[in-house]
Amino acid sequence: MKKELIQYVEDNFVTIKEFPKFKAGDTVTVSYRIVEGAKERIQQFQGVVLQIAGSGVTQTFTVRKVSGGVGVERIFPFASPLISAITVNKRGVVRRARIFYLRELTGKKARIKEKRN
Amino acid sequence: MSGLIGKKIGMTSIYDASGKVVPCTVLEAGPCVVTQVKTIEKDGYEAIQLAYDEKKEKRTSKPLKGHFAKAGTSPKKVLREFTRFEEGSRKKHGEIIDVSVFVEGEYVDVSGISKGKGFQGVLKRHNFGGVGDSTHGQHNRLRAPGSIGSSSWPSRVFKGMKMAGRTGGNKVKMINLQIMKIVKEKNLVVVKGSVPGANGSYVIIERWS
Repeated sequence: MKKELIQYVEDNFVTIKEFPKFKAGDTVTVSYRIVEGAKERIQQFQGVVLQIAGSGVTQTFTVRKVSGGVGVERIFPFASPLISAITVNKRGVVRRARIFYLRELTGKKARIKEKRN
Repeated sequence: MSGLIGKKIGMTSIYDASGKVVPCTVLEAGPCVVTQVKTIEKDGYEAIQLAYDEKKEKRTSKPLKGHFAKAGTSPKKVLREFTRFEEGSRKKHGEIIDVSVFVEGEYVDVSGISKGKGFQGVLKRHNFGGVGDSTHGQHNRLRAPGSIGSSSWPSRVFKGMKMAGRTGGNKVKMINLQIMKIVKEKNLVVVKGSVPGANGSYVIIERWS
């Protein structure tokens, strides 16, 4: 009964858009809306997916990129209305679901093998 | 003031107009029945008594059955008194009050019984900092309370000294929680933030304006 009511609230007030499926190790580009005062623009964030965490409307994914030698990570909720699109650029071959070891690696070691079809 | 008796259902997240995540608690609020109207002439003070949550007839004592029958309603589990309820508009005996007393966007106070934590030390119970360093020869005093008073004067420990003991299980009120959403057909109120108590425990939602 309790779960039903929470489900009801989630179904009615949160909408999850359809995005292509991806997992840790894949390289994705996330387009999200940024509101600056009255203006609105779309910014893109491209990087490697480190993990997909949670489930349902609170599910999130972490994207890491190296920008000017500094690692930058962003956590996006799947249900966020600000995300306009996610495109998968590369499918990576990794052995685990959470690839935090990538944080310690730089240069040639930080490469991820691409999946061949 | 106006208010309702309710039940904590659980937590989830929704998004506000600017696209930000808002952590929310889903509460079932009412419908409540006015089972008694107290007046200055009869009881010495003004209040109304609200009843909430169905209860089996066979688990209700005879005197209580009579009390509910007078209000023309089935037996209920929780009875609470509300003073100064919507002053000026007097509620009638047997009247049903539902979530329409609240409006989306306004601020309410929610009180409930916090989760019991059992016997806990001073760090968890009173937010003490612990004793000293964890290294440099320090031995087994990390979570100790430290000194609890002076010596020959007063030769005793003051009353109310913060020490270890039973923690949680108190009445706690969270004030100024914003109502994010109201679902009238399911009697749901979605408030921003957390609410004391376990899922399924009773809470009192009130608005002072």
